[in-house]
Formats: sequence, structure tokens, C-alpha cells
Amino acid sequence: MSWITKTFSSSIGRKLIMAVTGLFLCSFLVVHLLINLQMLRHDGGASFNFWAEFMGTNPVIRFMEIVLMLGLLAHIYQGLALAVKNKKARGGQAYVVNHSEQNSQWASRNMALLGTLLLIFLIVHLMNFWIRSRFDAMGGLAEVRVPNLDHPVGDLYSVAAASFKIPWYVALYALSQIALGYHLWHGFRSGFQTLGLNHRKYTPAIYLTGYGFSVIVSALFAVIPLVMFFSEAYQPRPATGNTVEQSLTTEPALR
Amino acid sequence: MAGSNPNAKPMNLTLKVWRQRNRNTAGSIVDYQVKDISPDMSFLEMLDVLNEDLLRQGEEPVAFDHDCREGICGSCNLFINGRAHGPEAGTTTCQLHMRKFSDGDTITIEPWRSAAFPVNKDLSVDRSAFDRIIQAGGYISINTGGTPDANEIPIPKDIADRAFEAATCIACGACVASCKNSSAMLFVSAKVSQLALLPQGHVERKTRVENMVAQMDKEGFGACSNIGSCAAECPVGISLENIAIMNREYINAKATSNNLA
Repeated sequence: MSWITKTFSSSIGRKLIMAVTGLFLCSFLVVHLLINLQMLRHDGGASFNFWAEFMGTNPVIRFMEIVLMLGLLAHIYQGLALAVKNKKARGGQAYVVNHSEQNSQWASRNMALLGTLLLIFLIVHLMNFWIRSRFDAMGGLAEVRVPNLDHPVGDLYSVAAASFKIPWYVALYALSQIALGYHLWHGFRSGFQTLGLNHRKYTPAIYLTGYGFSVIVSALFAVIPLVMFFSEAYQPRPATGNTVEQSLTTEPALR
Repeated sequence: MAGSNPNAKPMNLTLKVWRQRNRNTAGSIVDYQVKDISPDMSFLEMLDVLNEDLLRQGEEPVAFDHDCREGICGSCNLFINGRAHGPEAGTTTCQLHMRKFSDGDTITIEPWRSAAFPVNKDLSVDRSAFDRIIQAGGYISINTGGTPDANEIPIPKDIADRAFEAATCIACGACVASCKNSSAMLFVSAKVSQLALLPQGHVERKTRVENMVAQMDKEGFGACSNIGSCAAECPVGISLENIAIMNREYINAKATSNNLA
């Protein structure tokens, strides 16, 4: 085994993979959230569809999408592998009485559980949105026109607006954000600690930023489907299955 | 008894103690009653009373580790009512006093649990894994010969204090016992950062962290996930900052040492 594989298969090396990929996924969440928030504009999804088109066509983003997928897979694999390894290290006999709640936070002790819940959500989520927007064979998207672009774009907004009218899906989405919030609550600061970025001057700020990040990001992600579920203002265009030539700025969203 | 509280009433307690004959047999919790326990007794003295009772009844006494009984040797290691070294913060088992409990309490006493700390007997576990980690790199090279002058190597007070804080680790293993992952990183990082902070430790700086981490993994300890139970339960207050220092030392050593293996 070379020194590189040895490094990344050591306990610290594995944690480094978790930290680097985890913090990278945090940066992705910010971009995803900013684009999702475009759906709440009362423009029939024009802004959202514009940015969805950008994310689907920009070469830098498309490259980063591959990096993101590899990072996500590494995070999932390493997280599960560590959970199994750490469980084994605990030994066969569990404590009869263990008051770990008195020495640590619940989220910190349950990262593997929270991550598994997020993985289940992600599978449903990717099948619903990402696969449909990237692969025509998987259903594809109707096309609409948006301002500032001379070609029609996929109407991902209607997929979202329709999905967010389904009660079980909205419930799953919103509840999953609770898991996301708890996962980030521990994960954000934990990533910095693993990278060795612990300093008495900056660590309090890192903790505070992490707690704020986890609450704000998960709350905003959860609010979007809830608003779109309860408000009449957000409706999908009727599925026509072919190109819908319309300017979204001049016409209100079809009811 | 000098210095004892005259108002302190003796206590009767129910003990739920882990009994296990040896490494190869299964253990179980056994209930015992202890009577007339003085609140001024230490926890270990209370167990001494239990053992005297057991001996009188012709039963096998409960095996547990102890040595100095003043909180500096790191021998005592009991998981009491679901907490390493019991409910009081910053305290070893031997420094835990019965005044922290009440008459009629039920106290569950278990050994440290970790795959790397096999149970020898009852409450005594084998912590030689820690010794092997120290042997892998927890040392410095110095010249033998005449006694060197004190303060020959200037060390800033701030650095000396931080190194000393890390050096206060008594290797009791509470960090491993309380960690969900059974990780030994607080223990290992205390030694790594203590020696990395001091100029005397710089000769083996890179090989030390590489070898100690490798030995830690080999012993079967888990990987740290920054839960923080270890630092919360540590009787001498070793901080999580040491783990971050060890991570930095490890990254630096792996990236720049001449060790290709």
C-alpha cells in the first residue's frame, strides 16, 4: 500500500474525506437554496427556470456537477464505512446504562442515522427532479420561454410546483429538512475540527456560524414547499408534453 | 473520623455490578446490597466494604482497578450510572465521594466498554493497548550523561502551559469508554500535541504522529467524529483542541515526511 492509500484509509484520513466532502456539500446547499428561493418570486417560475437552465448548460457547473456527485458518493460511502468500523470498535457488549445525553449533543451522536434519512430523501428527490431534468428518457421536461434567452428552456418549475401540491411529498421534503438541520448542526463545525482548524480566537465563531447555517438553510429549504403547497399563487402549467411557446413575463401562470 | 460531617447519615444502597469470570466467559449484572455506607467514603472505599461483605460470605470479591486513590495514577476506571468515572465532572472514580449519592439509590457499575479494552475480570479491563500506542511514538530522544541545566532550552510560558495541560492526561481511558465510536483520539492527541508543542519533541515530530496513529488504528479503536463526549468526561479536562492539533500534525507529517511506506 502506498503512503497515499495508507493515509486515506487511516482513521484520521477517513475523517478528512468526510470533512472535505461535507464542507463542499455545504457550499452546494447554498447555491441550491438560492435557486430554489427563485420559485417564490411571483413570475410563474421564469427566474427559477432561467437558473435551472443555467445549471444544466453551463460547462463549469456541469463539470462541478460531476465533482459534486463524486463528493456525495465519497461522503456516503465513507460515512457508512466509518459507522460500521466505529460500531465494531465499540465491542460486542453494550453498556447496560449509558447517559451519553449528559456529555454530548444528540445530533453529534446520530450523524449516521441522520445521514441515512437524508440519503433516502435524496434518492426520492433526485429521481423526481434531477433525473427528469437531465435525461429526456426519464420523462423530460416541457419547454417554455423565459425572458433574456432566445431559446426555450425546460419547465422544471412546473415539476416542482406540481410536486409541491402532493401532501406526502411536501411532508417528506419538509421533515427531511429537520434531518438536514441536525446533520449540519454537527457537521459544519465538525468539518473544521477535523481539518485541524481549531483556534481559541476563531472556533467560537465557527460554532456560531455552523449553528446559524444549519437553522437558516434547513428552515428556508423547508419553507419553500410549504408556501407553494398552501398558496394558490404557485401552480404548474398543464402538462402538454411538447414545446409550450409563451412569454412568462407577459402572461400570468396558467391556472 | 477526623473531618467527617457529624450530620451525615449512613446510606443503604443497591449496587448493580457487572460480574464476569474472565475474558472468555459471558458476564452479567448482579445485584448487591451495601449497608451503613458513610457519605464521607470514596466510591472505591464503598466497593471495599462490598468486597469485605462478600469475603465474609465466602463469595468471590469484585475485581476493580485502583492504585493511588488520589486521582493521579489513572488506574481506576468505572462506568458508574452511565457515566465514565460517575456523575461528577472533572473527577476520577477514586475521588468521587458517596456524598454525591443518596440513601436508597441504585448504582449501576460497569467496566469500560471497548473492543480494544477486553474485560479481564468483573470491572477490570486490559488497557495495554494504550501502552503500545505510547511505545509506538510517545517518547523523545535525549542525550544521556550529566544533568542538564534547568531552563537550558527557552520555552515561552504560554507554550509550556499548553504542553503541560496536555501532559496532565492520566491515560485512564474514560475518553474511549464514553466515546460512541470507542475512539482513543483524545488520549493519543494529548501526547502528540504535548510533544509537538515542545522543542524537545521536534526530533521525532513527524514519525511520532504517523506511528502513534497507525498503532491506534491497529489496536481497533474507532475514528473520532467530534462528538465531544471524551472531553466532557475527561477527569483532567483534556480539551478537543488537542485532537485538532493532532489532525494538523498528521496531515503535515503525511504530506511532508520522507516515509513512503
